[in-house]
Amino acid sequence: MRASAMTTELLQFTFSGLTVGAVYASVALGFTLIYNASHVVNLAQGEFVMLGAMSTVFLAAAGLPLPVAMILAVLISMVAGLALHRFAIAPARGADPIALIIITIGASIFLRGLAQIVFDKRFHSLPPWFGAEPIVIGGAAVLPQSLVVLAGMLVVLVGLWLFMTRTLFGRAILAASNNPMAATLVGINVPVIVAATFLISSLLGAVVGILVTPITLTSYDAGTILALKGFAAVMLGGIGNPPGAVLGGLLLGLAESFGAGLISSQYKDAIAFVILLAVLLLRPRGLLGGAALERV
Amino acid sequence: MLNRMLRSRYLPAFLMLAAMLALPYVLPSTYYLRVASMVFVFALAAMGLNLLLGLAGQVSLGHAGFMGVGAYAVAIGPTHLGVPAIPSALAGVALSCLLAYLMGRPILKLKGYYLAVATLGCGLLISMVLTNEAQWTGGPDGMGVPRLVLFDAPVRGVQTWYYVCGVALVIGMVLAINLTFSPTGRALRAIRDSEVAARVVGIDVARQKLFVFVLSAAYAAVAGSLLAFVNGHITPDSTSGFLRSIELITMVVLGGTGAVLGPVAGAAILVILPQALTVFHDYEHMILGLVMMACMIALRQGLVPALTARFRERTA
Amino acid sequence: MSILLRAEDISISFGGIKAVSGVSLAVERGEILSIIGPNGAGKTTFFNIISGLYLPSQGRVMLKDEDVTGRPPEMLARRGLCRTFQNLQVFFGMSALENVMAGRHRHERTSALSHILGLRCVGRENARSAAEAREKLDFVGLADLAERSAGGLSYGALKRLEIARALASEPELLLLDEPAAGCNGTETAQISEIIRKIAGAGITVVLVEHDMKLVMRISDRILVLEQGRSLCLGPPSVVRGDSRVQAAYLGQHGTREAHVA
Repeated sequence: MRASAMTTELLQFTFSGLTVGAVYASVALGFTLIYNASHVVNLAQGEFVMLGAMSTVFLAAAGLPLPVAMILAVLISMVAGLALHRFAIAPARGADPIALIIITIGASIFLRGLAQIVFDKRFHSLPPWFGAEPIVIGGAAVLPQSLVVLAGMLVVLVGLWLFMTRTLFGRAILAASNNPMAATLVGINVPVIVAATFLISSLLGAVVGILVTPITLTSYDAGTILALKGFAAVMLGGIGNPPGAVLGGLLLGLAESFGAGLISSQYKDAIAFVILLAVLLLRPRGLLGGAALERV
Repeated sequence: MLNRMLRSRYLPAFLMLAAMLALPYVLPSTYYLRVASMVFVFALAAMGLNLLLGLAGQVSLGHAGFMGVGAYAVAIGPTHLGVPAIPSALAGVALSCLLAYLMGRPILKLKGYYLAVATLGCGLLISMVLTNEAQWTGGPDGMGVPRLVLFDAPVRGVQTWYYVCGVALVIGMVLAINLTFSPTGRALRAIRDSEVAARVVGIDVARQKLFVFVLSAAYAAVAGSLLAFVNGHITPDSTSGFLRSIELITMVVLGGTGAVLGPVAGAAILVILPQALTVFHDYEHMILGLVMMACMIALRQGLVPALTARFRERTA
Repeated sequence: MSILLRAEDISISFGGIKAVSGVSLAVERGEILSIIGPNGAGKTTFFNIISGLYLPSQGRVMLKDEDVTGRPPEMLARRGLCRTFQNLQVFFGMSALENVMAGRHRHERTSALSHILGLRCVGRENARSAAEAREKLDFVGLADLAERSAGGLSYGALKRLEIARALASEPELLLLDEPAAGCNGTETAQISEIIRKIAGAGITVVLVEHDMKLVMRISDRILVLEQGRSLCLGPPSVVRGDSRVQAAYLGQHGTREAHVA
């Protein structure tokens, strides 16, 4: 009896961990796309998640049908992504990596300030898609919305993979990420590619933000901590590595969920970072990062 | 005499000292003295960070954590432990150095963004402890800082703290200049420019990085203690939060990593700007974000180096 | 003649490809030994192993009869081994003089605490280091450029600056990785003169170099590597006549130059 209660609890932690992990993974994936194309670490990535969620809340409150509100919210987030690239990243080309980090943090503070004026400073939620009645799986109570988040994440992953490998434009993005110089030589317009990665990243963030809001709530300042977690997830997996980003995000979510459940809920954010530090000490380039070799 | 001063490597410290002595006669009210004290405090922390970033080329996105240790030491010591403020402050600096040593030993091996995220994590850990251990720290709402008592007389007055902070900054500046032009300073700059070349001439890279990391943590802790005394009330976010860390690194980069006066200029901008922006109420954050972006795009090398280059062009 | 450095049966592979396999070499005190070979022969990799940057997967490195395999470069520097780099590794944010002063790091004795406090002994030490560094700059013919920022120096001057910095650490064994690469005729002649002077001062020199004229002129012995293996070792006259060496270089510009020299 005790053992089965234990199993149920662990299953419970796994589900909630994967749900949060899916959000981190999507933010981390957005990071990776942008990083690969432009070597910019975009710490405003979390604001896309916030923008998607908050816009949906307010558009729906303004009387739009929920699906329309969602689509518009994704578009709003994408406009923000494009604007970020056009007005903050493109003019700073060739700047120091630390200067770029500060620029994206400036952008994140700006977007947060904007959200605080356009929206408000309160917490908001969205109605769950299939009700709030938990489904019991193996004894664990799982919110149907968790399954929506996981399914949504899977759809996004498969969609992104197909886009990257099957379409000409996606292949151009991969080519530009691998070797910008060669890509330019074969006629790929690299600045356009970089702009496209900002667009895709903001879409990713907004979609997951909308899906997860019924569970986690949202507010104008929800983006910062998501950006930090996403950054941590990227580094956990190894920077520039898309599967690493997804793996890092899911692991971070699981670590938090188990840490909060088994050790201390106050220190759940700390547990994620302690694990990150531990991994980096053992593998200085992340879980899926290669070995470092100094070339002289 | 004047000529010697102008050529001296200590010129920035002289300028700073002169400015500090002159300002009270120029500033219209004690409110401005308070703001100036905050500029000095943050300039001191940024100066320590500049030794790490500007001199040794190593990044820390968690430096406010060490500020938090210094700040809470002077609050917790007298309040909970019955230790007088000055020994508490010293203990805070020592603890900050110890933490920097323990954290720095493993993480300073990391490079680039990996070091950035690791230092960020360390800063967050310190901040979380300060937030969660409410019985000691008062939790997210923070705690009051008992007034400093020296020889049975309470140290009070905006003006007194203005001079204390100013003198601390000038001393910090002199020490930083000393370090820059010493064998250790050369070793650190060598590490910044080429780690592998530094190693083959016998520079112990790990040791030097650890040294400068600990030293910069000491600067941050001293600044944190001063911040606590000047403010009289501290919270985890205002002393050790992630945004504080970002503010510190922005001060360094905005002012210019190459110049001793850079952190002072950066601190002046980032402390005075939000004060000036409070008249815009809700638009404060938007404008701060815009200014951060605009400055980093327009002034790549930082304010002070850009200005000195302009000045040299004119005089040449 | 005593052996200063002995590399025994050194091998290393990257991603399954053997970059160096089973190379042995004994460097005698006071000689100038050159390592040559076609591109990709493993010369620089071999250098990186004996200077402590790479850990060999097999074999060991003995410096003055002490096993130093896997010791980091900073420890080798303290035992008297220093090197330069094929791709410039200059401290570009410092003046030429400061670059060379940094090379004196292991001889500077004052403590970090005295550095922060700016004690008088630091001033004296700085003066001493500066004087020594100027001497080394003079040795390589850069005395006039001492105060210049390293970022503003010509390529040939930077190559010599690296040598001066290495000399400042007062090595017994100096490894030069393509000291004349990218230099014009005049600069190469200067470098060759400097290497002779270094050897004349009693410092043992091992160099990797592509310029055959330079190698044939200054070397006491030459080690030829091909595809990570040791092909032949001997004085220039022997190496020049070795049929295997000629075959390895067939079609490469080195052959012609080797004959000319």
